[in-house]
Amino acid sequence: MDNRSMKGWLYLLPAILFLGFFMVYPLIDVFIYSFEEGYNSASQTYYGVGAYNYAYVLHDPYFLQAVKNTFILVAITVPLSTGLALLISLGLSSIEKLRNLFQTVYFLPYVTNTLAVGLVFMILFKKTPYTDGLINLVLGWFRVSPIDFIDGPYWAKMLVLCTYTVWVVMPFKILVLTSALASVNDTYYKAARVDGTTRSRIFFRITLPLISPTVFYLIITGFIGAFKAYSDAVALFGTNLNAAEMNTIVGYVYDMLYGDSGGYPSFASAAAIILFVIVLTITCINLLVSRKHVHY
Amino acid sequence: MKIVLEHLTKRFPGRGKNAPDVIAVNDFTFEIPDGKLVGLLGPSGCGKSTVLNLISGLHKVSDGKVYFDGEDVTKLPAEHRGVGIVFQNYALYPHLTVEKNIMFPMENFKGDKRLSKQEMQSRALEAAKLVQIDALMDRKPAELSGGQQQRVAIARALVKRPRVLLMDEPLSNLDARLRLQTREEIRRIQRETKITTVFVTHDQEEAMSISDMIVVMKDGVLQQIGKPQQVYDSPANLFVAKFLGTPPINVFHGRICGGMLYAGQDAILTAKGVPDQEVYAAVRPEGFILDEQGPLRCMLQGVEVMGRDVSVVAGHPALESTQLRAIIPSTSRVDDEAEAVRFSIVPEKTLLFAKDTELRIDAQLA
Repeated sequence: MDNRSMKGWLYLLPAILFLGFFMVYPLIDVFIYSFEEGYNSASQTYYGVGAYNYAYVLHDPYFLQAVKNTFILVAITVPLSTGLALLISLGLSSIEKLRNLFQTVYFLPYVTNTLAVGLVFMILFKKTPYTDGLINLVLGWFRVSPIDFIDGPYWAKMLVLCTYTVWVVMPFKILVLTSALASVNDTYYKAARVDGTTRSRIFFRITLPLISPTVFYLIITGFIGAFKAYSDAVALFGTNLNAAEMNTIVGYVYDMLYGDSGGYPSFASAAAIILFVIVLTITCINLLVSRKHVHY
Repeated sequence: MKIVLEHLTKRFPGRGKNAPDVIAVNDFTFEIPDGKLVGLLGPSGCGKSTVLNLISGLHKVSDGKVYFDGEDVTKLPAEHRGVGIVFQNYALYPHLTVEKNIMFPMENFKGDKRLSKQEMQSRALEAAKLVQIDALMDRKPAELSGGQQQRVAIARALVKRPRVLLMDEPLSNLDARLRLQTREEIRRIQRETKITTVFVTHDQEEAMSISDMIVVMKDGVLQQIGKPQQVYDSPANLFVAKFLGTPPINVFHGRICGGMLYAGQDAILTAKGVPDQEVYAAVRPEGFILDEQGPLRCMLQGVEVMGRDVSVVAGHPALESTQLRAIIPSTSRVDDEAEAVRFSIVPEKTLLFAKDTELRIDAQLA
């Protein structure tokens, strides 16, 4: 090895060590645990090797519930939050007055603590013996009978979780999309205007293709983020998510490790690997689709 | 189509509190005859591009009127004026192929002007052939050279058969050789299509070489309109004289006294028909003749041989700038070791301007 590449490796060393210890090694470890039946982290022993952990997890109704919840969450919040963020960014870039004020308002959730936001949502949605909550108050004006959003029917809880998630992830998307829109050269719009292009055509034929790399970036990271959802559900429904039917895959992994039913690192590892495979597959599909539709 | 601008004024609001408005175009009145190629010429920031934007309708007019063939289009938005624009950076849509870029304006046609896909394709091909890029239809703009992109931009502007073609600094993004070639190309395309064309440039050579007519502006104010040679030969004021011509005209602090024109102590020409006064005497670089007995005595600073011509750089106490530059044929020998050089002056290449107004003074020089 010559002196030059030696120096290069030396520069890379901190990052390699860090990533190796905290990313690659745990990943391999988790993969191994997931095939070791009944692994005990205290005694570091296990009964045997096989796919039993996967079979157990895949037949666990709590896990299946968590997968269903996660998929619903992903399917609703990713398109909704990206779409809404795009609309809001378009609005922001077309106004001049008060733009900074609105930008700040839309960015506030990003710098607010998740649990604090969860508390606010509780106040908005929760039904207690004393009050039906603000949302029910508003619904009451339209003669809708009060719904218990936090401890009530499944769809109501899912609605709250989705609303909450959309609200929490939107600020970042708005920020990124606003800057993407601002970076589109103004002369494209001038050229299009002189040619008599309608506003909707300008948006779909020019603006959207030009910001498509950013949109796909947001969709891909949005998918990954939503698959990893956990703290949002805890903020809204407390730590016993299985009882609330609101558990997510990451929540299931956590419960298997530390929860009341905890102490099953093998099952947790198997669930984590399943999540990993799901996210990997979806991301690959995303990249394949984006290759067709992103123009740079 | 004939374009008439009448007392055209554009004000932009000033930045900051109580800042006065910025007047980008001030009381502009002129007429662009049908089918001509007109160059809008002036230094950076003089409002040329603003004039173009007012003609296209991309900017709203503050005062005055714009007429297309007698029709008042002042209030008409850009999309209804039927103008084609070639932008300085071309503004080709990077995600569309050359063909799709050229077809884009036609896809916006509405009502009975709507075209079928075949018609659009054949018209796009026709436009592409005109600018000789028909072999590149499937490329994306990023895969084209600057000159090719320029041609695509022209094709896209022409394909909807606009009444006016406007070009904003069309050549400034091209390298020197390509610029020469492309300006001939623009001339050819304009001749073939006979479309009224206005282009903006800060390069006087570019404007003079291809325009039927040039319009010189400074600080938003019209200075002079005319055929290039005519404006060059008889500029209306000192600014126009200085702006046109490379190397630039040489300006002396001069004096008319007893029928003689003096530059400092040197009586360089006889001047009749003008009262005695202080003047600017401006001499074109080609107006100097190397002459050992010549009246203009200069300090020689350098000789630059440029092949066909020789450029003599010299100093003179009455010069407005630090040095003068004379262009003489390369057949004449200059001793570049010498300290002094003497010139006689060609009267036809000498212009007089008033000291206060900087306007041209008519005088019989000999």
